[in-house]
Amino acid sequence: MTKYIAKIGLEMHCEMSETNSKVFSGAANCYTEVPNSNVRPLDMAFPGTLPVVNKEAVRLALMASMILNCKQPEVLQFERKNYYYPDLPKGFQITQETKPNPMGIYGECEYEFGDEIRKCRINNIHLEEDAASLDHFYKTSNIDYNRAGVPLLELVTEPDIHSADEAVAFLEHMRSVYQYAGISEADSKKGQIRCDVNVSLMDEGLDEMDPANWGTKIEIKNVNSFGGVRDAINYEIKRQTEAKENGTYDEMEQQTRRWDEESGTTIFMRSKADAIDYKYYVEPNIPKIKIEKEWLDEIRKSIPELAMDRKKKYISEYGLSNYDAGVLVKDKNISDYYEKCLELGIDAKVASNWVAVNIIGELNKEGTDIREFYLTPEMLKQIIEGINSGILSSKQAKEVFTKALEEKKEPKNYISKDNAQISDEGELTSLIVKILDENPQQIELYKGGRDNLFDYFVGQVMKNTRGKANPVMTKEILHRELDKR
Amino acid sequence: MSYMDKSIEELHELLVSGKVTSDELVKESLEKSHEVQEKCNAFVTILDDAKGGEVTDNLLSGIPYGVKDNYSTKGILSTGSSNTLKDYVPFFDATAVVHLNEAGAIKVNKTALDEFGMGGTGTTAHTGVQRNPWDTRRMCSGSSSGSAAAVASGVYPYATGSDTGDSIRKPAAYCGIVGYKPTYGMISRYGLFPYASSLDHLGVLTRNVRDAAIVVDTMKGIDKNDMTSWDSKDVHLLEACTGNIKGKKLCYIKEIVDRDKFKNCGKELKEHLDNYYNVIEKCKKMGFTVDEVSVDQVLLNALPSVYNIISYAEVTSNLSNLTGIIFGPRGEGDNYIDMMKDHRTKGFSPLIKRRFVIGSYVLQKENQERYFRNAQRVRRLLVDRWKEIFKDYDAVILPVASGPAKFLDTSKNVQEENTTLLEEHLQIGNFGGFPSITIPSGFVSDLPVAINITGNCYDDENVLNIAYAIEKELGYANQIAKEVKHD
Repeated sequence: MTKYIAKIGLEMHCEMSETNSKVFSGAANCYTEVPNSNVRPLDMAFPGTLPVVNKEAVRLALMASMILNCKQPEVLQFERKNYYYPDLPKGFQITQETKPNPMGIYGECEYEFGDEIRKCRINNIHLEEDAASLDHFYKTSNIDYNRAGVPLLELVTEPDIHSADEAVAFLEHMRSVYQYAGISEADSKKGQIRCDVNVSLMDEGLDEMDPANWGTKIEIKNVNSFGGVRDAINYEIKRQTEAKENGTYDEMEQQTRRWDEESGTTIFMRSKADAIDYKYYVEPNIPKIKIEKEWLDEIRKSIPELAMDRKKKYISEYGLSNYDAGVLVKDKNISDYYEKCLELGIDAKVASNWVAVNIIGELNKEGTDIREFYLTPEMLKQIIEGINSGILSSKQAKEVFTKALEEKKEPKNYISKDNAQISDEGELTSLIVKILDENPQQIELYKGGRDNLFDYFVGQVMKNTRGKANPVMTKEILHRELDKR
Repeated sequence: MSYMDKSIEELHELLVSGKVTSDELVKESLEKSHEVQEKCNAFVTILDDAKGGEVTDNLLSGIPYGVKDNYSTKGILSTGSSNTLKDYVPFFDATAVVHLNEAGAIKVNKTALDEFGMGGTGTTAHTGVQRNPWDTRRMCSGSSSGSAAAVASGVYPYATGSDTGDSIRKPAAYCGIVGYKPTYGMISRYGLFPYASSLDHLGVLTRNVRDAAIVVDTMKGIDKNDMTSWDSKDVHLLEACTGNIKGKKLCYIKEIVDRDKFKNCGKELKEHLDNYYNVIEKCKKMGFTVDEVSVDQVLLNALPSVYNIISYAEVTSNLSNLTGIIFGPRGEGDNYIDMMKDHRTKGFSPLIKRRFVIGSYVLQKENQERYFRNAQRVRRLLVDRWKEIFKDYDAVILPVASGPAKFLDTSKNVQEENTTLLEEHLQIGNFGGFPSITIPSGFVSDLPVAINITGNCYDDENVLNIAYAIEKELGYANQIAKEVKHD
């Protein structure tokens, strides 16, 4: 029995990894372990440097805006958000205020939650620059400016989410959108996704359309993994429920808290009264940019097929199960691999079995990315052709698969006519007769009750045929010949 | 024989004909630099190892010049005349400097300025006060104080400047030379240490209008590093200086210069206005139409506040990068906040700190609408009014300031009434990004005074040609400062 409804809103920051350069400087936008190597003068705010807007970043941000069914702006402008922090070399961040319209406003996003389709309204989506990254040591901190100026897309939802799992489902959906649209790898291991979470509790039975009923908004800052989002929300719902139960909820001020992963709790940072005044104002070095309708049309046409579209196609056109289709589209790179297999002429269901079972199993075992997977779709095709032409049994095919991966050699090296199964009755019979003739002692023991010696004979047949003997036939003939003796 | 008092075109002739070498010019310019440093304290850095360069077809090749110290110069100390950057040696050139380098121009010094271009007196540089070469008891005004003193003293034919309110055009007036800032964005701001980005212009101080045209022809150009720059390849300033002013119409603003406002004024202001109206008469004789135009007094009265609010707000955030962490002297302290505070407390002059406080105040959420946004609206109204004027007139012609250079010892200055707009009207040129040029118009108390001509955006050729024609008529081109006698 729940007496309360959780109102959850997300602010999802995603680094756009797919532009060549940073959002306002010409420095390379790529992940590197070497500190301070992707840096141009602007990224360290040397005097006299000026921002230049990266058109590709704007294009991708507008594409995200369209995918989220937002309204796109007619004129683009950027604002300064002023504050001092060591990771912010200019002393301000170039970002976009929510009014009049950054990259998009008032959108709506459908996402899968279990077997259901849920809807979440989007308040706005805007483009900004990332800050430098800080490494804290015992007495000092190091600043790495590689991240300073990396394009960052911030998505702000309305509080339409009601549980931690729903929030994670939404985030997974968005990660997939960013990956499929070629906007970002959206890899939280690389720190590309960071979230702020807003949670409040509303009494059941009230009108959910009226914001006055939503309760006191608690913002939780800097949650950097989906697991963290789930835990932070669950913790916060529990904390706020307790406050409701013991009557202290109404005393609670609107506040900002921080998620502490170690203790698994949220910690008070500041109340709304102490909110920082960022003194937003228009960035004077970037003129207002008119967005041409033609350009928007062009962007709209270039939106790639997204996960949901592919899933529908896999089910309706390829006849895959809902489950398999879901597994295949979860990671865009896996789905791309699968589609490449189909392009090469592999049967959709056969490819689905190989990719969804064997390959994903292998990837999970090794913890690798399919883009680094040794066995290409072309190589998979070699194995499947081996099966189709009757050279490989399905067992052998799996062995070839494993061998190719182990020895990093193309499967065709392990497939030849010699591999073909021996299924010729006459050939097998004469071989078996020969083997039995050579083992009179074992026959005697077998006849005397040592049943397990049957396997010994099968082993001898396999040894003599290097495993190529048709196992079913081998067993039949063995029984027959042993019975004769 | 001295050469550095000559115009660019004369020097180019001499260089091409082999009558003088670039090395000789650089040597003379450096010697003069040291003299003027002694007298006026005009420089932050004198580049004693500067050498002459190749002389080509380019008018600027082989000729020395000065760079205002808020221009980023690769490998050369660039301080913005501030203690916060007193040890800063950039690793890149401002785009305008790149263009001058490509033309073969020779840098010989970096000129002092009011700290980061703020102040307008030439008294706030971290290296001390710049003195006026005509009378060292007086100010050059600022912020391009060092550039003005040096060009007026004949150190070289030109020095670069920057102008956010009147920082090129007012010191040019006080020092008896020409100061020109072209349309906003004609010269890239990349590498200029910012004051207020939406008002900042680059430009030049010279001793005649043609020289100003030559230098800006070189400095200008669209720049991929400055989104506010524009393509001016079809603008040819020097070629535009023909002196043909047939059909040109000028106007002045009644509310700024009407004599009725200054009925009881002192002698210098009266002579200044006489000088101005004399110029107007000459213009009429030359064939210009000159009309009086009226602008809403309430709108005009808001001008200084609008300038202060917008420029202080912008500079507050523009200079937030000066923390002493990445560049500039590292502050002391146990944590980054204390280090930054120490750096900024020691580094900035009180004038700038005051501006930061005000700038911050007007941007605060609860104040922004009332101050900053309203200032932006009034700025728009003023610019719209001026654009309306430019539909009927080629340019607005007005006197610069309320008289000749003021005394550094402010107690010696006569306090006049109703002079605020006379002192501040040049800021409209920055509000609108209008091309604006100051040229000398004669003398008051043996000290130079000047007029200003401001036209519509992108109409630089017209503005320069008008200035060129008036300059010819008035005959104050190529002035070198002569120290006036005083007790």
